[in-house]
Amino acid sequence: MMTKVSNPPLTPGRRHLNGLASIVRRLPLTGKIGLAILTFWAFTALTVQFWPLYDPWAMAGRRLQAPSLTHWLGTDALGRDVFTRTLWGSAYTIPIALVVVSLAVAIGSVVGALAGYFGGWTETIFMRAVDVTLSFPPILLAMTVAATLGPGLPNAAVAMVIVWWPIYARLMRAQVLEVRTREHVEAAIAGGAGRMRVLGVHILPLCWTPTLINATMDFGQVALLAASLSFVGLGAVPPDPEWGSMISEGASKFYSWWIAFGPGMAILSIVLATSFVGDGLRDIFDRRDGQ
Amino acid sequence: MTPPLLEITGLRAAFPGLDGPAEAVRGVDFRLEAGKVLGIVGESGSGKSVAMMALLQLLPEQAIVSGSARLSGQELIGMKSAQMRHIRGRRIGCIFQDPLSAFNPVLTIGAQIVEAIRLHDRKIGRRAAWDAAEQLLVSVAIPQPSLRMGQYPHEFSGGMRQRAMIAMALANKPDLLIADEPTTALDVTVQAQILDLLKRLVQEQGIGMVLITHDLGVVAGMADDIAVMYGGRVVEQGGVEAVFYETRHPYTRGLINAMPKLDRPTDTLVAIDGTPPSIWARPPGCSFAPRCTFAHQQCTASDPQLRQVGATFTACLRADDLAPMPDARDARGVA
Repeated sequence: MMTKVSNPPLTPGRRHLNGLASIVRRLPLTGKIGLAILTFWAFTALTVQFWPLYDPWAMAGRRLQAPSLTHWLGTDALGRDVFTRTLWGSAYTIPIALVVVSLAVAIGSVVGALAGYFGGWTETIFMRAVDVTLSFPPILLAMTVAATLGPGLPNAAVAMVIVWWPIYARLMRAQVLEVRTREHVEAAIAGGAGRMRVLGVHILPLCWTPTLINATMDFGQVALLAASLSFVGLGAVPPDPEWGSMISEGASKFYSWWIAFGPGMAILSIVLATSFVGDGLRDIFDRRDGQ
Repeated sequence: MTPPLLEITGLRAAFPGLDGPAEAVRGVDFRLEAGKVLGIVGESGSGKSVAMMALLQLLPEQAIVSGSARLSGQELIGMKSAQMRHIRGRRIGCIFQDPLSAFNPVLTIGAQIVEAIRLHDRKIGRRAAWDAAEQLLVSVAIPQPSLRMGQYPHEFSGGMRQRAMIAMALANKPDLLIADEPTTALDVTVQAQILDLLKRLVQEQGIGMVLITHDLGVVAGMADDIAVMYGGRVVEQGGVEAVFYETRHPYTRGLINAMPKLDRPTDTLVAIDGTPPSIWARPPGCSFAPRCTFAHQQCTASDPQLRQVGATFTACLRADDLAPMPDARDARGVA
């Protein structure tokens, strides 16, 4: 018996290309603003060396000038232009935050996925390592590691990865534990798929949402921690125009408020922007109402 | 003599608990020849799905499985997992109850059927596997197969999805098909189509099928043999005619009586009083005794074994006293 079957609306299967544009469209207004700010900083970080600015390392005028038309955010204790240095700071912060978040996500996800999927001893060893790491206050641990390795941005980056990966391990493990009990996973096993195939093809692709959202939000937090390490002298080394070390210099010249104002606002804008974008992405992807 | 396609003897499955292991399946025997359909009927918790999952080693690792299950003479219980992988999907295909959750939501239907094919045939190329998958969609009567291949599971209707699932289960031409409540999640009208399709494919390809269901109407129309399970055991077993027309076991009677009849006004639906026993607290003796209207004192004293009484095998102490119930004839019309 052949039955006439009504077709659901038919759409072509491959729509990944315009997926990104549609995500941006669906972001709430705050998310769009955040995305614009992040785009601005990313663009600045990539191209700042070609901008018609002062030399960030050289004296650009008299010391400790208040903001004016020639020096929009004034000059610092060595007569360098604060506005120039603030824009240049993005070329340090953005890449380091990207590298730290990517490495933390990579390491944490692998550890968490293996722990969640295999359980037993694998899980015990990995997750106790996570617990131990998380039991330290993050900034203290990062400072300890950075101080041990010595100052410099690469060492600060290593310190921050050590602080940050456990969060992703936990996130990924929880997600794998949830997804692995779904029926399609059992169906894949019943179809003869091996363990790594089940994990890689049928579990992991469904586990990325919380990690993605968290990584977006953490981007700002990592930028903040990087600045904090530089502030206490464990990150960027003066005279490099890094935001944390600039604020540190400004802190000792308290009455010249503009020295710390530029980098402070820069950090604030990045932290806010990432949390706006993260919230927006969560509204779109991580809906718990079954959509 | 060639061994039967599937021969299960004394299969037990238990889960460890605080008060010792709880047995979900307590020694069942089935036999299935190629090209035949065995219907396993029972309520939720009767152990019917657990028994089949035990075959494929799909139970959680802590489950304790014992007994024997031979697929064309090859022992499945205790098989190494690397070897088991070649049985799953290759020799035994599975159809699940809810086709939406049984498909990976982030892969297209085509990609998933292709995966099923390539898992067991390493030599076949992508192109050839894709074409084979499209042919499978044709064989389960999915219209516009080439378009459907590129769609995701959520773009399919329930019936189409179950067709795709059947196509995937049959992708490697298995000898045995296990269908676990294949129509429960579907509309009644679609149910009939899917059952017709299954019946046709099983007959065409000479596959043996185990059909797990709680719907007597479904087995009546499909199965050659029926096993009724209750409390982890088979309580009545026999040919489909015998079980329906010469029912002995009070539980089977209850099930058949509980079906609404088409030719008779139905004011109230007949139900079996009580609930099935929990696997953590099995009653002593016959596990159906507490709900059985015919129960005697000795029913709670000893656990009855399957024995031939009349046309069927029945596990009931009082089977000889109870006349076969012949009025189930109209149940067949419901399928």
